[in-house]
Amino acid sequence: MEEVSALKIRIKFAKRGYMKFIGHLDTMRYFQKVMRRADVDMVYSEGFNPHQIMSFAAPLGVGLTSEGEYMDIEVNSTESSDKMVKRLNEQMVEGIEVLSYRKLPDNSKNAMSIVAAADYHIRFRKGYEPDIDIDEMFSRYISCDSIIVTKKTKKSEKEVDIRNGIYEAKVLDDKIFLKLASSSGDYLKPELVMNGFYNYAGIEMSEYALEIERREVYAEDSEGKQFVTLESLGEIIQ
Amino acid sequence: MRKLALSDEILLSIEKPERYIGNEVNMVRKNPSDVDIRFCMCFPDVYEIGMSHLGIQILYDMFNRREDVYCERVYSPWKDLDKVMRENNIPLFAIESQDSIKDFDFLGITLQYEMCYTNVLQVIDLSGIPIMASDRTDDDPIVIGGGPCVYNPEPLSDFFDIFYIGEGETQYYRLFDLYKEHKKNGGSRKEFLELAAEVPGMYVPAFYDVDYNSDGTIKSFIPNNRHAQEKIVKQLVVDMSSTDFDAEYNYYPQKPLVPFIKATQDRVVLEIQRGCIRGCRFCQAGMVYRPVRERNVEFLKELAYRMLHSTGHEEISLSSLSSSDYSKLEELVNYLIDEFHGNGVNISLPSLRIDSFSLDVMSKVQDIRKSSLTFAPEAGSQRLRNVINKGLTEDVILNGASLAFEGGWNRVKLYFMLGLPTETEEDIKGIAELCEKIAEVYYSIPKDQRNGKVQITASSSFFIPKPFTPFQWASMCTKEQFLDKARIVNTRMKEMLNKKSIKYNWHEADVSEMEGLLARGDRKVAKTVLKAYELGCLYDAWSDSFDNDKWRKAIEDTNIDMDFYISRERNVDEIMPWDFIDIGVTKSFLIKEWENAKNELVTPNCRMKCNGCGAAAFGGGVCFEN
Repeated sequence: MEEVSALKIRIKFAKRGYMKFIGHLDTMRYFQKVMRRADVDMVYSEGFNPHQIMSFAAPLGVGLTSEGEYMDIEVNSTESSDKMVKRLNEQMVEGIEVLSYRKLPDNSKNAMSIVAAADYHIRFRKGYEPDIDIDEMFSRYISCDSIIVTKKTKKSEKEVDIRNGIYEAKVLDDKIFLKLASSSGDYLKPELVMNGFYNYAGIEMSEYALEIERREVYAEDSEGKQFVTLESLGEIIQ
Repeated sequence: MRKLALSDEILLSIEKPERYIGNEVNMVRKNPSDVDIRFCMCFPDVYEIGMSHLGIQILYDMFNRREDVYCERVYSPWKDLDKVMRENNIPLFAIESQDSIKDFDFLGITLQYEMCYTNVLQVIDLSGIPIMASDRTDDDPIVIGGGPCVYNPEPLSDFFDIFYIGEGETQYYRLFDLYKEHKKNGGSRKEFLELAAEVPGMYVPAFYDVDYNSDGTIKSFIPNNRHAQEKIVKQLVVDMSSTDFDAEYNYYPQKPLVPFIKATQDRVVLEIQRGCIRGCRFCQAGMVYRPVRERNVEFLKELAYRMLHSTGHEEISLSSLSSSDYSKLEELVNYLIDEFHGNGVNISLPSLRIDSFSLDVMSKVQDIRKSSLTFAPEAGSQRLRNVINKGLTEDVILNGASLAFEGGWNRVKLYFMLGLPTETEEDIKGIAELCEKIAEVYYSIPKDQRNGKVQITASSSFFIPKPFTPFQWASMCTKEQFLDKARIVNTRMKEMLNKKSIKYNWHEADVSEMEGLLARGDRKVAKTVLKAYELGCLYDAWSDSFDNDKWRKAIEDTNIDMDFYISRERNVDEIMPWDFIDIGVTKSFLIKEWENAKNELVTPNCRMKCNGCGAAAFGGGVCFEN
């Protein structure tokens, strides 16, 4: 057992299958209770209603699954990464799994503030496969210099060019892979990219057409040159 | 992963899909083909409400301890899903296995309040089970009801095969054994109901005939089947004081379910006792749960630890009708604070009597600036409080408030009832006057020692006479009378010096009338409930769903005379629809209390003096403390 004052920890987890119906706030509440069940030595805030120091990298919308969700927590003490992953997974429900537990340098910024990009896999839900040559159509779509889509906000609709937010896009055998801008200032939803694709192909998109999975979330490296996974910024506790 | 009953498209198109997918922490998983009995437990309201109910958690745990039983859950689908299920002919399913309820052996429905009755029909109907018990075949589940409303089950008698009268811990195992045996022998539905009818506490409505007098009152209520018991004796756990987790009937879930969605009760609930020593004359729970039985404080301490650990909840709360009367309250609360409060666990206190102990405790666990004091005087004058046998006096309220104001509190909530028997205009105006006196207590504190303005919120609900209370014979006000009374209070409030510090609000009167009808209704009211459901009534307990016009139409279409059920004061000789139930408390005691009420006589509580109510016949609890 290592005794340190306020250790920063980054946890990566997966949210699979019908756990996609659990909303972001409820997922947070779920993990707060997990920490208590697993006896994680959490740091609490001061005050009458102390709460755990815990923050999520990027909220995942209802309906999306993920193999790369992140949260940062602070603990007073910890066991090794292996042991902590095991302890946490003993408290999981089916469909949510902790994938890694790593220690961050003391001066790390929290995950939420450094998120820069995210990978997605897009599949067509059974019965909603578009009747077109996806390979061909998608390559043509993605090679456009500008992609104008209508972005709806609560108040208004506006036309935006999303091309610059698409860092990578390709058709894999049974799915489409996207690497998209995902920072707080420049956040591109995968649905919007697919909306653009359906528009481009001239077909109607059902709101249930897509099964979207987040695969990974990245920050920029210290030189701002390449993307590194949030996980890689932490080190394994032996 | 389990296959869900609803498609992704449906789940993504409705509000809060988490209500229907299960997989919660501590959900019980069994292979349905490994068990003999499949039981679906229903709380006929939305998931967040139903998941907060302790009784179901107790029975869910108790049933699933048996290897031959798989107990699952279902709640009322919310209105959006209700519509989708009807349009697409999707049968209602249990949360755990996602299997159709139609294929279960039992559908158990808890009846916690009258205004859930149309939701009861919704659940039975969406399950594909015939709504009328008489239309059911050997292939349909046995529909069994429980909970406080079974102390007058008659308005639902057409829809249930069995009502379980009393606490579930004692007879369900016996019922399961009988059912298993019956299933093995391939008996008919009727044969099983005959077996069940002989089990203590089981009421099979089809086995009784009711005859009426020409004025609509009951002439006779007699069994038509030799297996049926003439009197159904309430079932209860006589001894709740064991520290042994495996003691007979001492069931309590050590690993309660933890929903993903924020339930109304998002915390560990520790039931410290059942019953109440107070004997308020309007209160049904205070009579039907007699005698008071306390749980052992050492058992509760261990239970608190185990449940906090198995759920990860960050809050624990005590449950009982009157926590201040629990004899080891100080010991328990201090233990919870010392043991858990430092670990980020909130201790949520039920409405305790305001005294130096409770204020001290509250100041430790709550932010005084954000919390409020709660008083439930129920009536505005001492005269009327004597009528209802509410022991709380004005001195106690004002002293409690004074103590609290000195401690820094400045918010007070007060609960009252309007329409109580013998109520006069003076009593009603007393509500406003009591609020004023509390405000004056506050402003008598020197300005530099108080915390801004005082905020007093008075709420009044309308009195509804309930079965098995001394007021079961009383006349209930009509909607117009109720609203007149509320207006009198409101006008008087405006005349008060400190009116700016007092807020007054009152309950809706339309729904109170319906509740009054269902609370004291007889079998004839069953067709009104069915009609209301057919007209589209659902979620009647939700004020924005309650449709008074539809209920009025249902009443009219089924020729129900509201005056007969609501306004009419009953004669004590009349056969009440619920007289076939024996709750321990005798009718002669209730009559004596009804007389005492009219004479403004206070009856001491069970710990001060035994008043011979009859509950001692069960052989336990407070009746045998000394």
